Amino acid sequence: MTITCGFEAQRFINPVVKSLPPSGIRRFFDLVASTRGVISLGVGEPDFVTPWHIREACVQSLERGYTMYTSNYGIPELRQAIACYLEDRFGLSYDPQRQIMVTIGASEAVDLALRTVINPGDEVLIPEPCYVSYKPITLIAGGVPVTVPTTMEDEFALTAARLEKYITPRSKILILCFPNNPTGAVLTDSEMEAIAALVKKYNLLVISDEIYAELRYDGPPRSFAALPGMQERTILVSGFSKAFAMTGWRVGYVAAHPDFLAAMVKIHQYTILCAPVMGQVAALEALRHGRPDVDRMVAEYDQRRRLVVSRLREMGLECFEPRGAFYVFPSIKATGLTSNEFAEALLKEEKVAVVPGPAFGSSGEGYIRCSYATSLAELTEAMKRMERFVARHLAFKGRAVAHAY
Amino acid sequence: MRKKILELLENNGKLNAKEIAIMLALPVDQVAREIAAMEQEKIILRYHTLINWEKAGAEEVAALIDVKVTPQRDVGFDEIAGRIYRYPEVKSVFLMSGSYDLSVLVQGKSLKEVATFVSQKLATLEHVQSTVTHFILKRYKQDGVIFEDQEADRRQVLQL
Ligand SMILES: Cc1ncc(COP(=O)(O)O)c(C=O)c1O
Repeated sequence: MTITCGFEAQRFINPVVKSLPPSGIRRFFDLVASTRGVISLGVGEPDFVTPWHIREACVQSLERGYTMYTSNYGIPELRQAIACYLEDRFGLSYDPQRQIMVTIGASEAVDLALRTVINPGDEVLIPEPCYVSYKPITLIAGGVPVTVPTTMEDEFALTAARLEKYITPRSKILILCFPNNPTGAVLTDSEMEAIAALVKKYNLLVISDEIYAELRYDGPPRSFAALPGMQERTILVSGFSKAFAMTGWRVGYVAAHPDFLAAMVKIHQYTILCAPVMGQVAALEALRHGRPDVDRMVAEYDQRRRLVVSRLREMGLECFEPRGAFYVFPSIKATGLTSNEFAEALLKEEKVAVVPGPAFGSSGEGYIRCSYATSLAELTEAMKRMERFVARHLAFKGRAVAHAY
Repeated sequence: MRKKILELLENNGKLNAKEIAIMLALPVDQVAREIAAMEQEKIILRYHTLINWEKAGAEEVAALIDVKVTPQRDVGFDEIAGRIYRYPEVKSVFLMSGSYDLSVLVQGKSLKEVATFVSQKLATLEHVQSTVTHFILKRYKQDGVIFEDQEADRRQVLQL
């Protein structure tokens, strides 16, 4: 492109967008991308490919010519199947005509929800560490993100006591994401009940990102919307990416009070029109016949989870036991390194990629995210390399401390 | 519990009792005991390695042979199956439903060696009525494992 002298593209860019992350983590990404032979524990998606019967359903629908737009809400059979699923799995009843919309992943659903309810200046409570999109989307929508740190002492659960400290008269929305990315934390029923009481007391609205709901290792999945009085106050966001290993299909959904849904569909119809029909057909097959696949993948994740937690603890990293998603979030404080130093040195010395905790908010400092959505063979090798690495750095720190005395 | 242990071992014979115990949330000594017991009881027969011999450059020829036999009084097919499976050239023997009785996998160094084995040993056995030999030209998938090189992990190396 030849650029005419004097044209400054930057001047045209919205300052809010300009100031958004990524910044810090970008460099690390580039470093990982340019290193060869890396075992990556930094991937936030399943290592399984989409089960064959689901892919086949899509192939067949293409052969039959399903290549058109669908209803803005998504194909009716899929909305019906989602309603049945939410009823069976969580005891939630939604009207598939007026309360469920298919979106381009949970990602779009989060964006729609926030844009639909935020008035400029509204405060959005965001427990941290958390998935990277909530804060930027809040800012773009003119909201004010208020991060609520969670700690390893609380097993990275959001406690009502902590939440209440951050509530102000301008608080309007609470974003919940449990099971959590990056910590793997879940909320117990009593923790959810205590939060629900605050939500009622302060008249808050909840956006609950339940994309990892199925990946739970301590019992059946739970939905925050299923708590008494919470369904109408909760915009439930979920999708197929994680549970069915369908990240590339870009299908998710939102279930909410009919008024919220009617408002959200306005944005969706103008910006997106509809989720891709191929993905919708595949999602329908997933809901109809994919249960055994989910159970199989969850059982395998669970085995790897136990192995990784045990290995990390053995090598001397403090690690709380995650009960959901496919991440562990060990503390690396014992090594005396910061999260970024740890991740960079681990990459350089042992070619294992992990994500530094601060990528998910400042309360992630001192931690790293390791994904166990990686084959058992790779995980075992990665743990071996990490063990060597940690032993070296613990020894080094030990010497340094001894020297100081 | 045995089933879970076996499923893990079937896919990865290198796992040790400790790793299995952690993965299944069971006591290590119990897992070790169960494995030993299953070895004793011949539930676990062997720790097997699935090899792509073609890729290893070994010239092996294999054939699946449909064998029709006359079942014998009292012992049915077992006796003749026994006579067949004792040959070291024979790698597996299955009793089949349908238009023939035994499916026999024979392996040898060359086409000729396998063909000779069939015509001279197998076909001449008493009670064997007929044989049909199908040479295996290519292995696509065996024991649930696809032989063709699978493309490497296509995911982005880091994804938040
Ligand atoms: C917490 C969380 N929400 C949403 C998403 C995006 O999901 P989808 O693929 O459905 O857009 C992710 C993906 O990493 C996630 O971790």
